[in-house]
Amino acid sequence: MFSDGDSNVRKFNTINRRVFILSIAKGVIFTGILARLFTLQISDSKKYLTLSDKNRLREWRLPPVRGEFKDYFNNTIAGNTEVYQLHVIPEQVENFKNLMVRLKNILPLSNKQFSKIIKKKNQQKPWETLIISENLTWDQFSKVNFYLHELSGAKPVLSVARSYPFKENYTHVLGYVAQASENDLLNNENIKNKHVPGLRVGKTGLEKSFENELIGTNGVQRYEVNAFGKRIKQVNFQKGNKGKEIKLTLDTEVQKLCNELLADKAGSISVMDIYTGEIIAMHSSPSFDPNLFLYGISYKDWDNIRNNPNKPLINKTISGLYSPGSTIKPVVALSALENNVISPNFKVRCTGKMEMYGQTYHCWKKEGHGIVDLKSAIVQSCDTYFYEMSRRLGVDRLKVTASRFGLGNKVFNNLYNEEKGGLFPSTNWKKANLGQGWVLGETLITGIGQGYIQTTPLQLCLMTAQLANGGFKIYPTLISNKNQESLEKIKYKMSQKLLQEEKYDSSIVRTAEEFFKPGEKDYKKLFRNQENVKFVLDAMFASTNQWNGTSYKSRIEDKKYQYAGKTGTAQVKKITEKQRELDLDTAQIPYEDRDHAWFVAFGPYKNPRYSICVFVEHGGSGSKAAAPLAKKVIKKVIDRHEEREKIRKRNLVDI
Amino acid sequence: MFQQSSYTEQLTFFQKLRSFDFILVLCVLILGLVSNLSMFSTDGGEFLYHTKSHLIRFVVFFVLMLFLSFFSLRFWHSTAYLFYIVVLSFLIWASLYGVTASGSQRWINLYFINLQPSELMKIAIIVCFARFFHREQITSVSSFKNIIVSLAILVMPIVLVVSQPDLGTSILIAASGLIVLWLAGLNIRYFVYSGLILLVSFPFVISFLKPYQKLRILSFFNPDRDPLGAGYQIIQSKIAVGSGGLTGKGFLQGTQSYLEFLPEKHTDFIFTLFSEEHGFIGSVFLLIIYGILIYRIIKIGSISRSYFGRLFCYGFGSAIFIYIAVNMSMVLGLLPIVGSPLPIMSYGGSSMLATMIGLSIVMSTKIYHKQIIN
Repeated sequence: MFSDGDSNVRKFNTINRRVFILSIAKGVIFTGILARLFTLQISDSKKYLTLSDKNRLREWRLPPVRGEFKDYFNNTIAGNTEVYQLHVIPEQVENFKNLMVRLKNILPLSNKQFSKIIKKKNQQKPWETLIISENLTWDQFSKVNFYLHELSGAKPVLSVARSYPFKENYTHVLGYVAQASENDLLNNENIKNKHVPGLRVGKTGLEKSFENELIGTNGVQRYEVNAFGKRIKQVNFQKGNKGKEIKLTLDTEVQKLCNELLADKAGSISVMDIYTGEIIAMHSSPSFDPNLFLYGISYKDWDNIRNNPNKPLINKTISGLYSPGSTIKPVVALSALENNVISPNFKVRCTGKMEMYGQTYHCWKKEGHGIVDLKSAIVQSCDTYFYEMSRRLGVDRLKVTASRFGLGNKVFNNLYNEEKGGLFPSTNWKKANLGQGWVLGETLITGIGQGYIQTTPLQLCLMTAQLANGGFKIYPTLISNKNQESLEKIKYKMSQKLLQEEKYDSSIVRTAEEFFKPGEKDYKKLFRNQENVKFVLDAMFASTNQWNGTSYKSRIEDKKYQYAGKTGTAQVKKITEKQRELDLDTAQIPYEDRDHAWFVAFGPYKNPRYSICVFVEHGGSGSKAAAPLAKKVIKKVIDRHEEREKIRKRNLVDI
Repeated sequence: MFQQSSYTEQLTFFQKLRSFDFILVLCVLILGLVSNLSMFSTDGGEFLYHTKSHLIRFVVFFVLMLFLSFFSLRFWHSTAYLFYIVVLSFLIWASLYGVTASGSQRWINLYFINLQPSELMKIAIIVCFARFFHREQITSVSSFKNIIVSLAILVMPIVLVVSQPDLGTSILIAASGLIVLWLAGLNIRYFVYSGLILLVSFPFVISFLKPYQKLRILSFFNPDRDPLGAGYQIIQSKIAVGSGGLTGKGFLQGTQSYLEFLPEKHTDFIFTLFSEEHGFIGSVFLLIIYGILIYRIIKIGSISRSYFGRLFCYGFGSAIFIYIAVNMSMVLGLLPIVGSPLPIMSYGGSSMLATMIGLSIVMSTKIYHKQIIN
């Protein structure tokens, strides 16, 4: 019993001792767990809360609303319109196949569209919105709504899409938008960051150049989702910002008129303010409706546009390169005067042709102009006079003057990707590029705007503007600047330049400073003696308003509209002796061989304000095909002048 | 001797009721309430299947516990081996005709309940060892015969459970058994030896593990190894607990569980859900309740005059502690994921039944603490 009891006591002692050791171990472990809880829930709480939110919240980005383009009078020329769309989120549909078959019948969808949608569905995540149709007609939209109870999972949505209310009027200026391509995403970080399926981005024109301003910011819908990605509820909605509105200097009324005038022709009309450089109209024909590109252009439409021999895709105003013909004669004359090669009294006898080194150079007038001085040479556009004058001047001196007035250089800096600089040849140029020496005969034809010389219509418009404002440099712009200088101030600045006897800088390259501060235009003077400019302008006036002027028929006698101009008829092909004898009418020549018709002008003459350049591709003679169009446009522009000034006064910085 | 019989035999119902451990009962009720509310939360704040059956089980087994508490300690002592043998035969039955679910043959169909005998074995092994060592002299505890027999008692169910396969439960059974062997006074050096052997054989054991078990161990050491696969549970569980912060996201507001990021939220990860919704404060509260529960069980063991009662209470209290510690360490990323429920909190009838039976033996020990079993 005793030993039994003793053993029992030992047994109880052992178990009590060991349970005590265990209890200490438990205490340690409990403390460990507590410490772990403390680390997770107190110390690292923020980190895990973030992770938890990352788990449960998912964002859906909405397409940003694109900024609008306005014309000078605040008309929307590229806006956003409401469109009816049909969306489906595949994961929220019980039976996707059934739904699609129902939709196929209701809309109806073609087999091709149907399989395209199925393909798209397989490429994206089940919670991403699948766009069944981007542009339902009202009929389709109401039909879908009518059957909506049978179409669980389908969502008719009111969305916004780009619209161009003036259709083909602004196509080349604005460009157009279409679905972002892989290239767009690669080349523009901004597009990549804001991309959502179905996003439209600018493809050409200003839509492309101003992409970063126009694109706006995405709206964001934040949803709580479960572990399988299913949306449970919307947590918040962040409205996106619409892209910046861009106001242009263009006048829709004038633009429309240009479009009408060029309706069945190929060509271009541009109108410019000779003091501010604002472009009032800029149209290239033929044009096309940019709205076609919104939802993927149909094959037939695309074919029509692409295969049109008149090349609607090219913005002829800035990318079309043509021989300017006689329209550059004012500059040639100015160059000769500036370089003291001739005096205005210098006379040449025109017999209709000029022989040199065995080559015959013809004047446009077979029978010749007789004895002409400089003024009547410009008035009647006597080629012989200009051959002789160019011969004395030389092409290199001519190039300096022409380049200063903008020929052979881009008008806008980098506004348009597609803009071309053109070419004004020189002896060095020929040596470097063709490897041949300059031939004097080439100087002669350069003097009448033929040969290697290539310019865009807008360059000629700018040339005319810079002559018309008295010979001062201006910077053409399409974007309406909020802070404008008054006309008086501009004129004052120009006259200041006149007083400063500065050594004029022959370099026409715009410095970086000018580029980054476009507001500080310096109106650099482009001449040595302003009398020379005045003489040329006077000759241009006579060319239109004197009985023997080339554009006399298109003159306007009303002082309000009276303008000065210079015609141009550019040969596209060397004329053979045989053809010269036949002397065919324009209508009798095959279209591709017809001359290009040019007309540059500025008005009103007493107080010039606007310059214009009309170009009709293969239109025949400048006086017949181009000048009459210019007359109508000038009248319109001057009629609109007062309206324009009203708007302009609001934007002045200095009263 | 005289006193002894007066206590053992003639206790009236009210005397028994009076000697109930009300703190223990209160702790169980609080845990029951908390577990039912958590279950309600896993059902997304609706009174659905899991909540319903958990509530029913809790009520039924709680009443059963109260009822079984009135059985005298002697009854448990005399039926200890039987209990063990019945549960062991259930295990054999399960391995032969058991119900298979998610790749593991753990359950037997008793028509009114699908029983998981391995859960009951967690208690049976303690009862069995308590009976086995009740009569042993302290000097003969470490005898060769005793060690062989007790190892046999321990190894048989473990082999059966491992073969189901159910690594988690077998580890817990082993832990419960070893704790009791330790408490019974088994010579310390055996533990040291077997510990060393285990350490040496660890690489070999690893090679016998199933690929998914290996993955779990690997992903425990580095959960980011495979964040959507094997490491997913541990990562999501840590996120849930951590995002709970000091005060939690609020009842029914746990986004991790509500949005189904949390796996196994009814069973093994119920603490994660509770911790996410009630934060550090709630977790500490729960730990305190469990602490009191364990403290009471140990305390009851220490007043028991019978070695059987004492050994059982100490063993059971420690076992409960191990279950809790393993479960919590697991969901907090301190241990690899092995299936181990949190007593009373987790969904699962067998685990609840086992816990309640264990508690009723503890209660019986309290009521009959002066009883001496020969």
